[in-house]
Amino acid sequence: MAVLNEEQSMLRDAAKSWTQEKSPVTAFRKMRDSGVDVGYDANAWNEMAEMGWAGVIIPEEYGGSDFGYLSIGLILEELGRTLTASPLLVSAVGAASALVLGGSDAQKSEWLPKIAEGTAVGALAVDEGAHHNPSKVETTFSGGKITGKKSFVLEGFKADVLIVSAKGPDGVGFYLVRGDDAGVSRTRLALADSRGAANIEFKGAAAEPLTGGAEVVEKVLDRVRAALSAEMLGAAVQAFEVTLDYLKVRVQFGQVIGSFQALQHRAAKMFTDLELARSAVEAALQAIDAGTPDVPELVSLAKAKMGDTFHLVSNEMVQMHGGIGMTDAHDAGFYLKRARAAEAAFGNQAFHRDRYAKIQGY
Amino acid sequence: MADFGGGDLDALRTEAKEWIAANFPASLKGRPNPMMREERSTPSPEQEAWRKAMGEKGWGVPTWPAAYGGGGLSAAEARVIQQELGRAGAYNPIGGMGVMMFGPTLLEYGTEEQKQEHIPPIVKGELQWCQGFSEPGAGSDLASLQCKAEDKGDQFVINGQKIWTSGAQFADWCFCLVRTDTSKKHEGISFVLFTMHQPGVEVRPIPLIAGNSPFCETFFTDAIADKKNLVGPLNGGWTIAKRLLQHERSGLSGAGGGGFGMGGRGIVQMAKDYVGADDDGRLSDSDLRTRLIMNEMDGRAFQQTAVRSMMESRSNSGPSAATSIMKNAGTRWMQDRAELTLEIMGHQGLGWEGDDFSSEELGAVRGWLGGKATTIYGGSQEVQNNIISKRILGLPDLTNNS
Repeated sequence: MAVLNEEQSMLRDAAKSWTQEKSPVTAFRKMRDSGVDVGYDANAWNEMAEMGWAGVIIPEEYGGSDFGYLSIGLILEELGRTLTASPLLVSAVGAASALVLGGSDAQKSEWLPKIAEGTAVGALAVDEGAHHNPSKVETTFSGGKITGKKSFVLEGFKADVLIVSAKGPDGVGFYLVRGDDAGVSRTRLALADSRGAANIEFKGAAAEPLTGGAEVVEKVLDRVRAALSAEMLGAAVQAFEVTLDYLKVRVQFGQVIGSFQALQHRAAKMFTDLELARSAVEAALQAIDAGTPDVPELVSLAKAKMGDTFHLVSNEMVQMHGGIGMTDAHDAGFYLKRARAAEAAFGNQAFHRDRYAKIQGY
Repeated sequence: MADFGGGDLDALRTEAKEWIAANFPASLKGRPNPMMREERSTPSPEQEAWRKAMGEKGWGVPTWPAAYGGGGLSAAEARVIQQELGRAGAYNPIGGMGVMMFGPTLLEYGTEEQKQEHIPPIVKGELQWCQGFSEPGAGSDLASLQCKAEDKGDQFVINGQKIWTSGAQFADWCFCLVRTDTSKKHEGISFVLFTMHQPGVEVRPIPLIAGNSPFCETFFTDAIADKKNLVGPLNGGWTIAKRLLQHERSGLSGAGGGGFGMGGRGIVQMAKDYVGADDDGRLSDSDLRTRLIMNEMDGRAFQQTAVRSMMESRSNSGPSAATSIMKNAGTRWMQDRAELTLEIMGHQGLGWEGDDFSSEELGAVRGWLGGKATTIYGGSQEVQNNIISKRILGLPDLTNNS
């Protein structure tokens, strides 16, 4: 765990106690069973927003606290532990950073305060196929209107404001579209991890450009990738700890199975990988806060290492629990499904290895 | 010796600069430490003079107490000395197992007489030490060692065999684990010191797969250790041995981190030179490219973890759990790297000697082979995993190894 300042320690402690008391995995299970269409519990989201979590990266003049990315990463890590579903990632990191980095004063004044207080939810509409590929954009902007199809827009089903990548007269950039625009047609997706997502068709929807072009698109995506990696870290650490506890109580052959070296060494491998991944995730968030030029490679490193590690730990969670891990009544399946969805979101391991290699000149 | 109790680093830096300029022979600038060469050729008069000067000054072991000839400096002050040596292109001529492992352990567990006798010659670089720990039947399970010491009044008489004794052929003294009670395992081990220059000691270097002999078999036939050279209580050697192994492991994982950015053209350019690149400048072997990236990323995450655990230890949170993973993560990275280097070089990476191969190619094959030892010595990777399982994760221990 990175060395934290006082604000960060307080945020982390607040997030830890809130998730454990108000949003344990049973709350996620209840949300899934309710079949709520947005894929999160609105009351829980209101409580999170009341604690100021949606404004952590938003400047104070727009109603945020401007604590930075390591800080919001600490909150997401705790949310990840209990699989708490919320729009925090795509709204308070994704849409918020797009507006902070590329919004006009008017756009910032209109949307950032609402995003900070959680009364508006923003989403990022970037991908147009089954794989994350931000450079492949066929959605177009012309004459103030956007036309095209975006897929797997996380929290996109009822988002109030959509930040959409499209090809305009000056190349690819972000455009702001209101969720209730008549030219927006949304289809809710039911995904294995029970989180909210939609396919969205834009049929000449009214759009306003953000500034910064493709550069801001990449910067925003890197902020979301790093923050998502923090959520994955929390989930993976929790999956590991639950599994470790099970190794200490499950008895077979007259002894706890955690006394078997075959399982011990797999546990030690997971611990080792988690420590390495934690370093990468924290370094990426710290680099964003410090504004260093190596953010893209550090983010790709973090997302790739975290993806591999969560993949391993979620598989081992099911395997080491045996039959009980296959049952829906157990939480292991939730972590397994969340792992794959989070791996695929904003670039899987293969995407980020390739990106890292290109940056390094391979 | 100047007193830097006030912690005035600038004054120390000036003194260090002047002292190094006055004492470090210009002809040795940028030259490697002769101690690091395996054959340990006879030192030149300049090398001897530099060793003596540093030995008298105590700066070879800057943080050791001045009472035994050490520098008596704080860690921050020691870094100043290290920086100034580096700036002057000067190596530290004081090293070896006495400095890395035995000295720190004796300073912690030795009697006043033992420290007075043994620490100053290490500080001055006059005597070299070797480690008598592993035996043919006691590798990972070190506490099962059998080399026996019998009580004969003022002396112990030692019979048995040690193996993997690094540098025994050059060593003057041995710090050795011996069995002084056969009825118990861990509680029957003592930690003794004796000279290697005696009739009962025979050393045979072991040729290794990399073609060198850094380790020896060492045989003891009625070898003698004086009673005054028992460190710690009789049958209380295991505690001391564990402490010493911590010094060894921290040194080894440090070596892992030190291997980064080893100058030269870098592995990416090397790969393009041997394997070729496509029109987009990508390494043309896409399978190799992926594995190379993964190794690059592993190395980067290892570096980040080294930084993180250092920051954590410095803050109030105390020693970091991340430290326990460093040896396995570092050695795994190095071995993967060596395998990739060999693969990149193809047949050229398999040359043993001769002018048909570059020194880089010959170095790659020897390094690859020599590097296999890193996951075996200093606690094998399996032992490291046992330690993580038991001490960090709290899983039960069936190996019964306290």
